[in-house]
Amino acid sequence: MGKYLVKRVLLAIVTIWAVATITFCLMNMVPGGPFLSEKAISPAATAALEAKYGLDKPFFERYVTYLKDACHGDFGLSLKQRGRTVSGIIATKFPVSARVGGVAVLVSLLLGIPLGVVAAYKRGTAVDSILSVLATLGIAVPSFVICTVLMYFFGVKLGWLPTLGLNTPKHYIMPVFALAAYPTSYITRLMRSSMLDVLGQDYMRTARAKGLSQRVSLFKHALRNAILPVITYLGPMIAYTLVGSFIVEKIFTIPGLGGEFIKAINGRDYTMIMGTTIFLAVFMVIMLLVVDIIYTIVDPRIKLK
Amino acid sequence: MKKKLIVLLVAMAMIIVPLSACGGGGDSGAADAGKQLVVQVGPNPETLDPALNSAVDGANTILHLYEGLLIVDENGQLAPGQAESYDVSEDGLTWTFHLRDGLKWSDGSDLTANDFVYSWKRIAAAETAAPYAATVLGPIKGFEEAAGTPAEMDEEGNVTAEAIPGNLDALAVSAPDDKTFVVELSAPCTYFGSLAAFATMMPVQQATIDANGDAWATSPDTYISNGPFYMTEWEQGSHITVAKNPNYWNADAIKLDSIKFMLIEDANAAYSAYQNGEVDFIKDVPTEEIPSLEGNEEFHVDPIIGTYYLNLNCELDQFKDAKVRKALSLAIDRNYVAGTIMQGTYTAAGNFMGPGWADPAGGEFMDNSNGGKPYIDNDNFEANLEEAKALMAEAGYPNGEGFPEITYSTNDSGYHKAVAEYLQQAWGELGLSVKVDIVEWASFTPMRRNGEYEAARNGWVGDYDDPSNMLELLETGNGNNDGKYSNPDFDAAMKASRETTDLAERSAALHKAEDILMEDAGCVPVAYYNDFWLQSAKIDGMWHSPYGYWYFMYADIAE
Repeated sequence: MGKYLVKRVLLAIVTIWAVATITFCLMNMVPGGPFLSEKAISPAATAALEAKYGLDKPFFERYVTYLKDACHGDFGLSLKQRGRTVSGIIATKFPVSARVGGVAVLVSLLLGIPLGVVAAYKRGTAVDSILSVLATLGIAVPSFVICTVLMYFFGVKLGWLPTLGLNTPKHYIMPVFALAAYPTSYITRLMRSSMLDVLGQDYMRTARAKGLSQRVSLFKHALRNAILPVITYLGPMIAYTLVGSFIVEKIFTIPGLGGEFIKAINGRDYTMIMGTTIFLAVFMVIMLLVVDIIYTIVDPRIKLK
Repeated sequence: MKKKLIVLLVAMAMIIVPLSACGGGGDSGAADAGKQLVVQVGPNPETLDPALNSAVDGANTILHLYEGLLIVDENGQLAPGQAESYDVSEDGLTWTFHLRDGLKWSDGSDLTANDFVYSWKRIAAAETAAPYAATVLGPIKGFEEAAGTPAEMDEEGNVTAEAIPGNLDALAVSAPDDKTFVVELSAPCTYFGSLAAFATMMPVQQATIDANGDAWATSPDTYISNGPFYMTEWEQGSHITVAKNPNYWNADAIKLDSIKFMLIEDANAAYSAYQNGEVDFIKDVPTEEIPSLEGNEEFHVDPIIGTYYLNLNCELDQFKDAKVRKALSLAIDRNYVAGTIMQGTYTAAGNFMGPGWADPAGGEFMDNSNGGKPYIDNDNFEANLEEAKALMAEAGYPNGEGFPEITYSTNDSGYHKAVAEYLQQAWGELGLSVKVDIVEWASFTPMRRNGEYEAARNGWVGDYDDPSNMLELLETGNGNNDGKYSNPDFDAAMKASRETTDLAERSAALHKAEDILMEDAGCVPVAYYNDFWLQSAKIDGMWHSPYGYWYFMYADIAE
């Protein structure tokens, strides 16, 4: 396993380097720049800004300097949010997104897995049909629709829930619901189909023939085997959910990281684009590694080589 | 078996719990905020450093935290701010500001005329890279020398002219004593008072900037100001709270204890918060809601100095003929565009310079334009359309025959797309076919500036109310002359307006410039901008200026 880990970490570094390089090239190819505004800034001011942030240097030199600094953990200053460092912005915004996202991940696991099991077990019944309709809805309806509908009914019409920020647990209800709808539905469907697969296996028939109770055979024997696809999905899902959603954060005015991704691109804030992309890439790679390790715990037949 | 399941659960919990737990417990609910006004004037500002800010919402916040030499009062007139009075020399070149007694910063230290010297030189310094430096300091003697000149390069990146480093001592601002601030101009500038009230020109404290660098303006602890309020909290992307500044000279007149600027980005979110009573004032009203708000006493519409206009790229052969440009302009039913498409949130434009611009000779510029009549008679659209058709025929394109397809470029926000669709139909009446090209905002600006388009949406909101601020956009070589309009007569009129010290002559030159521009259809004005907002009936004593700012400092809330 030690050898495996070393190999994976090396591979991860290559992956992150590739992501950084591609992002760096792409963002420099897009027209526009961080210092363009509707009112033309004088050439002197533009030149001074470019000199200050090193944008006057040739492309390759900037690329090398960036990688060197990034290796030392220096992601530079945001070009748009003057006086703030990229690491500082990520450090203040990520925890906010992660708080909402973390709750949403827990909710989707705690709801999605049991619902999937129930749907598989009650296959063909009304319960299965209802769950499958709900799951399809959850996947098909985009989050901005969910947000708007929730906000309209619970925030404005009924006035039960606050619509701004994250001050109290009550504030979490709508954003978490909006964030968790898709993963919950997805996990329910994954769980249902893989459970159906497992339930048809010989060892399940054996378990039942041996007289194991319904509950034990379902939740102990079947679940452990059926949960593997959910774990595969979990890695990227956790990464994406924790870094925040642009739409949900914008609608509920949550000062999280999700909005920074989009704002950085729209404003051509080069250092923020790089910083947020690398952050997501590192996070994603770590989650995939964790998923691999969890596999070996759940299914001893899997060996990491 | 069971053990492993527990290990699994613990592993998952280990991933999620620390992440979701960190950063928690921040908002323990505001302590007693006293009499607090909660407003929304825009999203999280990129910067609140007065010298670096170039956004309207940033400036609006800055106006509550700082006070310049002069201020704009509730009637839109210049009024004393940090300067109790000022005098202008006979030749109009020397402006002397007399500061009030006992001025202080929010940290209690003294504010003197030297702070203005420092702040204005800081704006001029190239290292500061203040976007508005040339706009606000341009009239001051020695500005170009102070700012320096960047190196010039040809297309291969070879240096053709060496950079000249700036010499800040050259900027002619001085403080003969602690209470007197003297500015020498290179040419008379009748509107310099407006510049002295501009958000960029606020004094900033050298001590905190020296100690904290660029980061000084990001934290309430280091953000020292001199205005009616000072910053107590800035939670990124959530809110900025400012509290009454006890060191402000006019603190007795401030009735609010604090103002909370909610940094809401989404108009629908702002609207919901307003309806819920979480916010007392919102600037971003969703356009879909506007029809339902008509007649609502809390809904306000007020003009600002600015015009929504179209550029026809004058470098292209098909738009070189002024007859064609004029025909395209006359074919637009502006009453329909402003009243129906833009739901009355804009006002139909008959001139380039709309309401609110000050005529150097006194009164409103628009009242004296074209003999008091609008250049384009929007109430007679049928006649305009006939004239447009005739002009197209005269230009050699009867019924639009032989005219190439027009590509109209715009970004997709507000009413831009709806206007584009309207133009397809309106110009279709002339027999022309129009293709709409939607371009993402950050790409749209450079594309328009480089003249890489055929027809495009454009707009301008004035920085100060002197008409030159907008008319100069059409001058040959101006950085914002996106239409590449160039007429020597127009340029000559603008030049004359700058060189004269006589206000009547200056006014005449500016009116002449607009006459030429409108006759030429150098650009196509469509509508005048308005601000529209929702304001709770319990707010009293606030005002809105034609520059697009709201002034809450002297407001009060009825309980």
